[in-house]
Amino acid sequence: MKEQTHKSPFVILDMPPKQENLHVPGPYTRSPSLSPRANPAAEPVTLTINGKEVKVPPGTLVIEAAKQAGIEIPSYCYYPGLTLQGACRMCLVAIEKMPKLQTACTTVVASGMVVHTETEEVKNARKAMLEFLLTNHPLDCPVCDKGGECELQDAVFRYGAAETRFMESKLHHEEKQFSNLVYYDWPRCILCYRCVRVCDEGLDVNAYGIGFRGAHSEIIPNQGEKLECEECGMCIDICPVGALTSGTYRYKTRPWELTYTGTICNHCGDGCKTTLAIRNNVIIRANNRDHSGSNGEFLCVKGRFGWDFVNHDQRLTAPLIRKNGRQETSTWEEALPMVVERLTAVIKEHGPSSVAVIGSNRTTNEENYLLGRFARTVLGTNNLDHHRTADFSSLVGALTAADADGRYATIEDIAVASSILVVGNDPTHQHPFIAYQIRQAVRSHDAHLYLLNSQEIKLQRQAKQVVTVAAGGEAESIRALAGKSSTVSDDLGTLQENLRKESGTIIIFGDEIRGSDVTTLVQWGLTLPGQTRFVALGDYANSRGAADMGLLPDVLPGYGSLADSTACAQIESAWGAKIPAVSGRNIRSILQGVESGEIKALLVFGSNPVKTFSLPKEHLGKLAFLMVAELFPTETSEAADVVLPATSFAEKSGTVTNTCGQVQVLKKTMRKAGTRSDLEILLALARLMGHPWSYRTADDVLREIIAHVPGYAIALPNLLVGRAVQTQPAGTPPALASTDLVFSSKDSLFTSGTVSRYSWALNSVDEAKKPHGHIF
Amino acid sequence: MPGYHSPMGNSPLEVKVISKRFGLPNSSSLDVFVQHDGYQALKKALAVKPEDVINEVKNSGLRGRGGAGFNTGMKWSFVPKQSAKPKYVVCNADESEPGTCKDRPLMEYDPHQLIEGIVIAGYAIQSHQGFIYVRGEYRYLLDIVDKALAEAYAAGFLGKNIQGSGFDFDLCTHTGAGAYECGEETALLNSLEGLRGYPRIKPPFPAVVGLYGGPTVVNNVETLSNVPHILLNGADWYSKLGSPKNGGTRLFCLSGHIARPGVYELPMGFPLRRIIEEVGGGVLGGKKLKAVIPGGSSCPVLTADEIDVNMDYDSVAKAGSMLGSGGVVVLDEDTCMVKLAGRIMRFYAHESCGWCIPCREGTSWLKHLFDRFHGGAALANDPDTALDVSMNILGKTLCPLGDAAAMPTISILKKFRHEFEEHIKLGYCPYEKTVVMSEK
Repeated sequence: MKEQTHKSPFVILDMPPKQENLHVPGPYTRSPSLSPRANPAAEPVTLTINGKEVKVPPGTLVIEAAKQAGIEIPSYCYYPGLTLQGACRMCLVAIEKMPKLQTACTTVVASGMVVHTETEEVKNARKAMLEFLLTNHPLDCPVCDKGGECELQDAVFRYGAAETRFMESKLHHEEKQFSNLVYYDWPRCILCYRCVRVCDEGLDVNAYGIGFRGAHSEIIPNQGEKLECEECGMCIDICPVGALTSGTYRYKTRPWELTYTGTICNHCGDGCKTTLAIRNNVIIRANNRDHSGSNGEFLCVKGRFGWDFVNHDQRLTAPLIRKNGRQETSTWEEALPMVVERLTAVIKEHGPSSVAVIGSNRTTNEENYLLGRFARTVLGTNNLDHHRTADFSSLVGALTAADADGRYATIEDIAVASSILVVGNDPTHQHPFIAYQIRQAVRSHDAHLYLLNSQEIKLQRQAKQVVTVAAGGEAESIRALAGKSSTVSDDLGTLQENLRKESGTIIIFGDEIRGSDVTTLVQWGLTLPGQTRFVALGDYANSRGAADMGLLPDVLPGYGSLADSTACAQIESAWGAKIPAVSGRNIRSILQGVESGEIKALLVFGSNPVKTFSLPKEHLGKLAFLMVAELFPTETSEAADVVLPATSFAEKSGTVTNTCGQVQVLKKTMRKAGTRSDLEILLALARLMGHPWSYRTADDVLREIIAHVPGYAIALPNLLVGRAVQTQPAGTPPALASTDLVFSSKDSLFTSGTVSRYSWALNSVDEAKKPHGHIF
Repeated sequence: MPGYHSPMGNSPLEVKVISKRFGLPNSSSLDVFVQHDGYQALKKALAVKPEDVINEVKNSGLRGRGGAGFNTGMKWSFVPKQSAKPKYVVCNADESEPGTCKDRPLMEYDPHQLIEGIVIAGYAIQSHQGFIYVRGEYRYLLDIVDKALAEAYAAGFLGKNIQGSGFDFDLCTHTGAGAYECGEETALLNSLEGLRGYPRIKPPFPAVVGLYGGPTVVNNVETLSNVPHILLNGADWYSKLGSPKNGGTRLFCLSGHIARPGVYELPMGFPLRRIIEEVGGGVLGGKKLKAVIPGGSSCPVLTADEIDVNMDYDSVAKAGSMLGSGGVVVLDEDTCMVKLAGRIMRFYAHESCGWCIPCREGTSWLKHLFDRFHGGAALANDPDTALDVSMNILGKTLCPLGDAAAMPTISILKKFRHEFEEHIKLGYCPYEKTVVMSEK
């Protein structure tokens, strides 16, 4: 293998790909490919469950059919989407004409089948299984983390015996710490193998196995006593009992003492739903057990554990003002007028073009929208940009130019796709949920995965074809595929051939494809058979929203060009103010302006250009005024004249757009004394500068976005019930000025820009310490 | 081999078919085998259509000798004729049932007979690859079987174009690592694939989805060893050897308190009383008989009054037990049945794979219960609890291991309840120092 630019942080990633010709059912009794699948297209089958007639598609399992009829059959080892086990025997039901009780989780429905789930025999069997489970169970519910939300506790309460007949001494194994985040308590384990399966089938990490035999069987991690894995915590989440517990949650609280708020994870661009559990204004844990959002219970290590930066003691909680060369703690009442005063002075002396604004990839759509309005109408400049991690603008432009409708794939589409092409990027690290969806498509829908990449990535294990190109060769390959280059390798030829046989491909591409290459990719992609759809992979929670809301020097909200007078007029009428006609400076040009002294004042919201763009810090000293709104002190904020403490994602409401262009609601879950959201900061600054905007809340801004931003005319009720609502942006943005404007931070599973520096959990795991080519 | 004893018994009542070459000098060699009708059946089989071979075996009434007693020809006929994946023949030589030791002499004294049977089975289902899955503890048999395989390859009875027939078949051995559970056919297949020896969900049965997902026939060593004789002498001849629907002969393994323990080949349907009294020479030391386990440790015990039964699948089933794998364990009047129950349960608790709850937890619970009970700390409701726990295991597990543990226990608890009561009353075991099965 050649020297890799991208070093994989795990041993697991270096494993050879699974052999294609070998049927490997893991330690399980039935492989996914053999698991019965319901066929909704076929004529439904009628069966009777507890006297109720049920019509379900053939291939449905009895347990699922019962669920559809509103009849609960308890189970532990059965878990929708994972391979069948038949191990816990909790779902035994009586089926007429069958001699013994049958497991509802492995029996496929048949026409005329008569099932009974509540006969004496069935009830006694359930009771017996629970009695067996409790024989070696420590019954330490009063101190167990799972108490109150334990599936075993619930089932014993409902179906179990009141007294024990077990008179022998219980078997005991000591508790083990698998990693800083995962603990295993053997006596509580009921061996349902959910953890083993989700790690193998869902995550393709396969970090768990089963050791020993009989009543001494136990779950064992891949490194003897320790786990070496992606630390996603799915095993903890999926554990029905308190056997696998979380290092950040254990022994801290009881589940009923927490308040739960469903919101959106603020790390990568996939937009996973997460439920934050708060006690005393502190986040205690995050999970998605309620399966809201398309991610189901999936969260990666950042989503599940990487929220603790919110509670970090280095959070900025009061404005800082530079006095006598030092940043001193101040008040909002002092800081905001000072910002206005210094800005006004710079504008008065050097004109609006001497001011520039850098926005954030994580702030809400509403904040980004207002930031654009603030820069363009209050400051009067188009010097506005952000760290672009994917070229959304070119994608929208190319699709609009090709007049192709319905070409944005949603994140749900990926999981049911029949064919997927991933160009560049390493979704396993940078987009864990999209990687999960891709694996699910391959596992459950026999999708064909094609990879075009310059590095070895873990998804190769699921791929039908891998085309490895030289470093930076992805764009060249796309040009070759599109017939714009004469050098077509054999691999690319085969790829072209394979894709021409598919019936609708989702093309997912990273920052390697930008500018005119996006146009080439789209034009070529649209020639493929079926409905080709596209996803551009942006790094952060609202990378897409930042572009959609027009945090760009030459693009208006909704990708209207600044040169397009109709688009300008539309937004000008909404804002009741003129937008400067000349295109502003892009981020590279802003930073050059800072160096050359042409830019006198810089406002930075939630960004760290010193680190991201390798900007020498001394250049910031040339500024007459630098304001930074941030959560934590950063390399950039250290040079600022005023630092405003901003709120994190957990402390504000609004909407964010995931990398597929789906809008979701971010909900305020807690308060942080001393901080203000960017929205509040912008409203205050605008008011102080003589622009008393009428917005009171983020909702007011959202209504304006829906009304005035092309592509964002979404149905508010859909959004408010918690759906991810797809936007359909269309516009004619100008071509990308230079390719170095778009680049990814290449975050690993354990990094997330600046904020991950302040997460104990993310930094505590050994895997995070392995080298990885990310910026931060 | 130091301390090595042949398991073979010798009785004039025996009808020697599959054991007919046992005792010949150098009986495991190809030369001796060929001199005594060796590989004649294979040649005969290769000359007819595969369906005819299956029909012949079906008509012979040959039933699986591993324990379940399913008609072998029927099992073969379930294999689909057309299959996208390769088909396999797997010989189950994971002989682990306590009381059973019949596969060992078959592989030790006559490996070619087994190989011939496997190749015929392979031809019948049109498979081209077979495996002999040998129990881990039988590692010493590997040399013998591997040597025989090499001879068979060299003589053209294995490999490409066998005897010029155009039929290809490869065969190799594979050892387990010492798990009783791997004798269950789907667990065996998992183990053979390199996975943990856990059973698989059925259906699909191995005949449809088996090894590496391909249609697979899994047969016991003794079953396959019978096949050449059926082909050679005809189904009629074979079925007439035994009782109706129970063709042929059977190797019975006599052990326990018996005067002449050993492996004896007797016709199917031979009376159990005669096996004990005439073939085995009666109870050791002239003691009185208390009970018999007729087919290995997983079969319900028969009391001394119940031994007037013909040893074929149907008659033993009618008597409330199973013919199982032919391990006849004789228990004399000094046997403590509580200790026997505990000993049997210790085996199953040790061998439970741990996959499903009732077997994993139930066997462990019962083992501890019987040990405590026999050790003097008996509680009045223990027999009821043990019976109820056994009933909760029975029929509720994924594979038959749970049933195998529950059935003998239930029979002991029901038929020898008075011994349990006696333990409770006395507070100690009235039969101290009586060892039924070796502790080790």
